[in-house]
Amino acid sequence: MELIIFYILVAGILISSVLTVTSRRILRAAVYLLFMLLGSAGLFFMLNFYFLAAVQLTVYAGGIIVLIIFSVMLTSQVNEKLEAAGIKKSLFSLIAVAAGTVVCISAILNYNFPAVSSAENDSSMRTIGLQLLSYKENGYALPFEVISILLLASMVGAIIIAKRDVSK
Amino acid sequence: MNFSIYDFTEFIRSIHFWLTGIFSPGLADVIGLAIIGVCFLLFVTLLGLSLVYVERKVAAFFQQRLGPMRVGFWGTAQTVADIIKLIFKEPLVTKNSDKFLFNLAAFIVLIAPFMVIGAVPFAKGLHALDFDIGLFYITAVSSIGVTGILLAGWSSNNKYSLIGAMRSGAQIVSYELSVVLSLITIVVLTGSLQLSEIVASQSDGWWIFKGNIPAIIAFIIFIVASTAESNRGPFDLAEAESELTAGFHTEYSGIRFAFFFLAEYVNFFIIAAVGATVFFGGWMPLHIGNIEFFNNAMDVIPPVIWFFGKVVVLLFLIMWFKWTFPRLRIDQLLTLEWKYLLPISIVNILLMSLVALNGWHL
Repeated sequence: MELIIFYILVAGILISSVLTVTSRRILRAAVYLLFMLLGSAGLFFMLNFYFLAAVQLTVYAGGIIVLIIFSVMLTSQVNEKLEAAGIKKSLFSLIAVAAGTVVCISAILNYNFPAVSSAENDSSMRTIGLQLLSYKENGYALPFEVISILLLASMVGAIIIAKRDVSK
Repeated sequence: MNFSIYDFTEFIRSIHFWLTGIFSPGLADVIGLAIIGVCFLLFVTLLGLSLVYVERKVAAFFQQRLGPMRVGFWGTAQTVADIIKLIFKEPLVTKNSDKFLFNLAAFIVLIAPFMVIGAVPFAKGLHALDFDIGLFYITAVSSIGVTGILLAGWSSNNKYSLIGAMRSGAQIVSYELSVVLSLITIVVLTGSLQLSEIVASQSDGWWIFKGNIPAIIAFIIFIVASTAESNRGPFDLAEAESELTAGFHTEYSGIRFAFFFLAEYVNFFIIAAVGATVFFGGWMPLHIGNIEFFNNAMDVIPPVIWFFGKVVVLLFLIMWFKWTFPRLRIDQLLTLEWKYLLPISIVNILLMSLVALNGWHL
């Protein structure tokens, strides 16, 4: 039963990721990307990593994809098609993809994954929350704060960029 | 089978045992899933039909009309007749539109409500998905819905649709923040995102009463922001008839139009259900502290009735907004969110943390 769902999800992910890069209509590519992200969120749900799955849904499916669609909507027309890649470009990307596949597969095959007990693998919301704000061993308080400063800086930057024309 | 209207845990378990007794374990799981899916499909359809009818009746009474009266007793069969008409109508597609995305968008808007409604706790044990991230799951999944609206507006190749989609996209993305922040305010008190635990934590009183002033502020922000997030009036400028014909679903007809309509009403129900669960105790009857005789008297009313009663009250409240307040302009709408609701809800979380730390809540 789980295996069937796994294969359905994986088939969905593979097909939609191939379509994402081959589609010549940019908004369709964004939609295929959305399906790819939904599929991988499904995989996380199957692994009982609910938090990660929900983060995948909010940040990628609900955030990034909406941003992409917004920007595409404002810049392109329904009938616009990207021009097909030339033979040279396709050849080089094919080589790059093949090399990447070889590296990934060999890395996965050579690494012997240690079995992890479910106690070590505790990914409940409570544990994540406590760990994120703990400043003791294995705590993430410092990275958490640093990331929040980075986020604040980028928000201020975005506002300044958006405002620049007004001051002129 | 031991069926009890007060606790569905045993009933669901006995159905599961009955299924595993007849079929092999794998097949029993599949059949169980199929039964749950069919139940939700039926529920969502009935919900859509009845909510449209109720909305029309409420609107009519607010405007001193009678509303639909001809089909069935007091017009109760009106929406059934409408849906039959919509099914048989020709689904038109505009000439220069992206047909694939145009058709897909109607289904994408339905994905989110279907995924969310499984996480709603209807009664004790009547709960399809109970993750430990429950509330986060609901907010995460419902953020997908906006994609369908944006796609619908863009692929129609119609300027009104595009403007409607842009408006509703901007609106949903901004008001999502306030909805989530107001829910987090209550999570500060519950200490858990799991919906069954949130309900259980209200067994000695609902959070709206126990949570002091910040809970009431959070509820007001929640009801305003979620009304806006679901594109309902007075925030329905995404489909303002007088300026944009029908907004993002202008070009849709027949059954695809019905999908948009259904998604809108299911989202409407979900808002009321989440609000009822977080602020009004979900299926938990009205309990006051440890006053035994009062609590026992309230327990006589089944949890399902408590849940749907609270939901109906919230639904009526939101309909009341729609038919009372005039529509906002887009700049007023965005000002309301970014200059008022968002700062207030952030300060409110701080206030709530203070209340929780000092134990000022009940």
